[in-house]
Amino acid sequence: MSENGTPTLELVGINKSFGAVHVLHDIDFAVYPGQVSALVGDNGAGKSTLIKCIAGIHPTDSGRVLFDGRPVNIGSPRDAAALGIEIVYQDLALADNLDIAQNMFLGRERKKGIVLDEASMEQAARETLAKLSVRTVKSVRQQVASLSGGQRQTVAIAKAVLWESKVVILDEPTAALGVAQTRQVLDLVRRLAETGHGVVLISHNMNDVFEVADRITALYLGRVAADVKRSDVTHSQVVELITTGRSGDLGLAPSTAAESI
Amino acid sequence: MSTETPEPNVVEPARDAAKSAGPTLADADFSADTREQTVSTSINNYVVKLRSGDLGALPAILGLVVLIALFWALRPETFLSKGNIANLMVQALPVTILAMGLVFILLLGEIDLSAGVASGACAAVMAKLLVDAGQNWVVAVLAAAVTGVVIGAVIGALVAIVRIPSFVVTLALFLGLQGIALKLIGEGGTVPVHDKVIYALANKYMPVWLGWTLALVCALGYAAIQLLRWQRQNAKGLSRRPLALILVQVALVAIALLGGAYVLNLNRARTPLAPFFGGVPWGVPLVAVLLIICTFVLSRTPYGRHVYAVGGNAEAARRAGINVTSIRMSVFMIGSVLAAISGIVAASRLNSVTPDAGAGNTLLYAVGAAVIGGTSLFGGKGKARDAILGGLVISIIDNGLGLLGAKAYANYLITGGFLLLAASIDALARRRRSATGR
Ligand SMILES: Nc1ncnc2c1ncn2[C@@H]1O[C@H](COP(=O)(O)OP(=O)(O)OP(=O)(O)O)[C@@H](O)[C@H]1O
Ligand SMILES: [Mg+2]
Repeated sequence: MSENGTPTLELVGINKSFGAVHVLHDIDFAVYPGQVSALVGDNGAGKSTLIKCIAGIHPTDSGRVLFDGRPVNIGSPRDAAALGIEIVYQDLALADNLDIAQNMFLGRERKKGIVLDEASMEQAARETLAKLSVRTVKSVRQQVASLSGGQRQTVAIAKAVLWESKVVILDEPTAALGVAQTRQVLDLVRRLAETGHGVVLISHNMNDVFEVADRITALYLGRVAADVKRSDVTHSQVVELITTGRSGDLGLAPSTAAESI
Repeated sequence: MSTETPEPNVVEPARDAAKSAGPTLADADFSADTREQTVSTSINNYVVKLRSGDLGALPAILGLVVLIALFWALRPETFLSKGNIANLMVQALPVTILAMGLVFILLLGEIDLSAGVASGACAAVMAKLLVDAGQNWVVAVLAAAVTGVVIGAVIGALVAIVRIPSFVVTLALFLGLQGIALKLIGEGGTVPVHDKVIYALANKYMPVWLGWTLALVCALGYAAIQLLRWQRQNAKGLSRRPLALILVQVALVAIALLGGAYVLNLNRARTPLAPFFGGVPWGVPLVAVLLIICTFVLSRTPYGRHVYAVGGNAEAARRAGINVTSIRMSVFMIGSVLAAISGIVAASRLNSVTPDAGAGNTLLYAVGAAVIGGTSLFGGKGKARDAILGGLVISIIDNGLGLLGAKAYANYLITGGFLLLAASIDALARRRRSATGR
């Protein structure tokens, strides 16, 4: 878990307003290869907005984005995908009537001439799932409609991994899952980091965060309240950071925290 | 004409077998994919599939059997006569082609209520060019097809770009296009269609040898495609169905094709002394070609995959980078072009085009055909071959009621009832699917 080395993705001084509403204030945020960065914050803190800025869905007002140390400009979801940034949205965006392999390659099908190259897609889908040690899905030719919530989440994550992605962002991946399925997804998140991906995990569940994250970034009303190593903080400190923006000597200066309310 | 289309996704994992045995580690590495399924697990899976509301072609095939038995019992000497079978095939042509276009539209969960009258308007354009402008059939047919493209583009733009619900757009066009046909042909007018080629589609028959050759080529081609695919999947360790089932399927298709050719090639001349009269109607190979093209497009190309994806989950398709707007537009254009072809065949069958061509129950028949064949009104589920199976069912009802001398009102009531029945089966099957998580 080395902290040194360039982050895969680094945001510096990001600002974003929707009309008169200033939603993100000078956000600094970094994603390191092989590490899970948890992004926490109360409802409306700006987590999803920050993700959408990274995804190229929202343009930023100011600030810089560095990828592998180089400044980049992400103007559209396609730019993000081209850099190797994949996002697993909370509402999974899988087509129920297609099978697992078809979903994993959706929109980026392999072709032989004008014809779909089913064989190579099926094999690649199977290899990717096997690489992630997914043990709950029996056939990649199974329709997604017949999968459980956790299995769907697994497919959505595997889809993100299939594309030689370097950064995988997961927006509340365990929100709708039961105990056993949450377990599977958290294991998968860890395995993503072990295979060298930079992982961003958005979650409201402190147990999940403390279990898999290497770093925790707490947002408070659109500002970074703290960006700390997991081992340096306790549950209750993080909860305090989320709810009040500060905790002991961590967090925003009292004046800033008060002024942003 | 009951050509089975290849089913890429028919392989279902041995879910139930594995469930009862508990997830073994052997299955966890996708070995269910790489080892060939046995015939018994396949049959098992099929039963599970049926139970969970995925009925496939079953309702259409049951419907065919029941209706044939019924009308045969009621009209034993006429219904299955050689002449009536040929008649039935010709009758099924326009509705089948129209339904094939609707399959694309229904796959997105949209509807085209104007498809019937669009077929009439396109046929009117063709007829006017043939008769009034004295153009040859190539020009006239192309003009009809272009008219179809334009109609489809207008519907598509209003639905996909302006985002008006498709039933409203096409309801408006249902009236508008009848107005255009009326303007072109004139009230109470009729444009006769005497062009040799157009006339031949529904009124002339292929030479006996050609009919046989065509059936044989189709049967062999189908067998080759299925077997080569199985061999490739087997060699690469991909998921595949048991060879035995594929052989059975190939045999059934071959029997249907060759049996059809045999029946249609029988001598239908009234008296023993009259010259030979028989053969496969020329429209049949036209439908076969359309079926092959549509099946290829839907199941083998990225475009087809995207149509299913948009029908299954438009938002997922959009996030996957698929241009949902252009997919939406394109299905209406395909639907209207096939409507134009259907209108041409209908004009050939009736030897003329009238202002009310394609109005009345034409659309109801075509939607009924697609739905009876297994295409869902809710989008995401359907195949080109559904149009063939459903088209045969609908035509048998129409033809049988005609032989029984049913009054027009009864005909309307019965076909309307049949569409409701098919839609109910579709809706109930869908409920069942979501209840069992499919
Ligand atoms: N498109 C938009 N237009 C205007 N305001 C927006 C827009 N999107 C988000 N906001 C505002 O930005 C703020 C941050 O919202 P965001 O969705 O990023 O919160 P979040 O941290 O993801 O919350 P949650 O945990 O509820 O998902 C909120 O005050 C929200 O009202
Ligand atoms: Mg959010």
